[in-house]
Amino acid sequence: MARKLLIEHADVQGIASYDVYRKHGGYASVEKALKTMSPDEVVEEVKKSGLRGRGGAGFPTGMKWSFLAKPEGVERHLVCNADESEPGTFKDRYLMEKLPHLLIEGMITSSYALGARRSYIYIRGEFMYVLRILEKAIAEAYANGMLGKNILGSGYDLDLVVTPGGGAYICGEETALLESLEGKRGNPRMKPPFPAVKGLWGNPTVVNNVESIAAVVPIVNEGGEAYAKIGIERSTGTKLISASGNLVRPGVYEIELGLSVEEFIYGDDYCRGVANGKKLKACIPGGSSVPILPHYLVTKTAAGTDRLMTYESLADGGFASGSMLGSGGFIVFDEDQCIVRNTWNFARFYAHESCGQCSPCREGTGWMEKVLYRLEHGHGTLEDISLLEEINKKIEGNTICPLGDAAAWPVAAAIRHFRDEFEWHVKSPQEAQSRNYGLIQAPLEA
Amino acid sequence: MKADHPQAVNEAPIDFSAATMTEMKRVIGLFPEGKQKSAILSVLHLVQDELGWVSVGAMNRVAQILDIEPIEVYEVATFYTMFHLDPVGKNVLEVCRTGPCQLVGSDDLITYIEQKLDIKVGETTKDGMFTLKTVECLGACGYGPMLMCKYHFYERLTKEKVNEMLDAMREASKS
Repeated sequence: MARKLLIEHADVQGIASYDVYRKHGGYASVEKALKTMSPDEVVEEVKKSGLRGRGGAGFPTGMKWSFLAKPEGVERHLVCNADESEPGTFKDRYLMEKLPHLLIEGMITSSYALGARRSYIYIRGEFMYVLRILEKAIAEAYANGMLGKNILGSGYDLDLVVTPGGGAYICGEETALLESLEGKRGNPRMKPPFPAVKGLWGNPTVVNNVESIAAVVPIVNEGGEAYAKIGIERSTGTKLISASGNLVRPGVYEIELGLSVEEFIYGDDYCRGVANGKKLKACIPGGSSVPILPHYLVTKTAAGTDRLMTYESLADGGFASGSMLGSGGFIVFDEDQCIVRNTWNFARFYAHESCGQCSPCREGTGWMEKVLYRLEHGHGTLEDISLLEEINKKIEGNTICPLGDAAAWPVAAAIRHFRDEFEWHVKSPQEAQSRNYGLIQAPLEA
Repeated sequence: MKADHPQAVNEAPIDFSAATMTEMKRVIGLFPEGKQKSAILSVLHLVQDELGWVSVGAMNRVAQILDIEPIEVYEVATFYTMFHLDPVGKNVLEVCRTGPCQLVGSDDLITYIEQKLDIKVGETTKDGMFTLKTVECLGACGYGPMLMCKYHFYERLTKEKVNEMLDAMREASKS
């Protein structure tokens, strides 16, 4: 059985309370860091661990930390991105709901490493009940001397606040999140300056995903090198995967990076296969923003090797035949699902969530949604398919934040792999209304 | 009157209950001196908890409470989709319509609720008991199809569960 570094105790009775969490080894990383390590030593362990941002971008966390500007007399902040909104992703909610103290512990240890004395958890507004769980846990941490003045007699002070969003996917983008945290609309900022130089209220700020911050706990407890031994190559440690769609057992799983996709979908310890005895049609392995893979590229790469749950293996083949690990939002489609309908659905999502700041994204996402609506509802033409590809190129790379790319990639990938199904919707609109296309064939020569 | 009406700033501010005011003071106090605007989303949630929606009069009062211009409240309240800018029913059913939920039947769920309540998405039942809305991903993808009502997640919904849920909501909202 794979090692669990984050959610091993998730089902322990009462683990959301301080006392039970502490009995199971909780807050050891705070004691170790504050009593025996300098802040820079903590940063060093995180660098050694090879931990990569668990929110989706996969940027090395230790490196991100080392970019934090430290001018004299200027306050610094750590902000936790708990605005989990990427369709297919629900791991952070699970972690915060079950193990609120794990996130708080990670926030304290990480804030210490960064020299932040006022840190924030920005949680999506729809998770209000999780916010209440965190508030209670924060109050317990204060009452037990883990937050506030002079934590554990170390001389280190930290205040931690949890605050809600208001329903906006874009606030998961770190600069939009900071705008929102300042009480404004979530319009992403131009970079540079990066948050590490000018972030919250103009102060140097690190923004990290919930799972990344939680991972700092085992990294400090066991050492960065021990953490880096788990996994393969540059995909170190464990990862929470949110499995959804047509699976026998959807849910949140902690895996060791390097597990095979085959094992994850079909293994008894994981999703136990496609629901209702149906065949696998496609899979989006890293949240709705990453390219969809047709069934013949899910468990094997185009080169014929086993596809693994790692940043590298899921991206093997580039966008031609690969995808991305992203946020770990693993969405599985059975043989009866309609790719055109699903692509339209996601296009509608991005059109709805575009903040409206950059015209290629504001206009382009809405345009793609309309074209895909036509195709799905039997009014499309073959030109519409090439039009989508054209719009895609106009959006990609031409916006302030990655939402534009996130909207463009899934459409491009769906057309790349499922062109036959799109064309069938145009050529047989009546039939496409009454039945689904079914499985597509793998090209004979890859 | 809507927030984009030229006379919106002249709409009389409305008062909130003492309990709401106390809670507003607490959430504002979570931020450093002078950064009270950061509490705006918390404050707007509190407004909606009390009134069911966010009226222009309420926004004008929020501007006074946070010591900012009314436009600063309008632009925020109209950006974030959780805030209802029109009156709604006692129970707002927000059904997730995004991809992962769609794969497990959210289209059928939405149709079923529409038929059951005899309203379309965006409408409120005549008795003011329910408003039906669709929303984008609520982060419950492995437990779909699902909906949110009063910050509560109703997951893995079936027709039977929806029936029970609606009955329970009717019962709880009788007053």
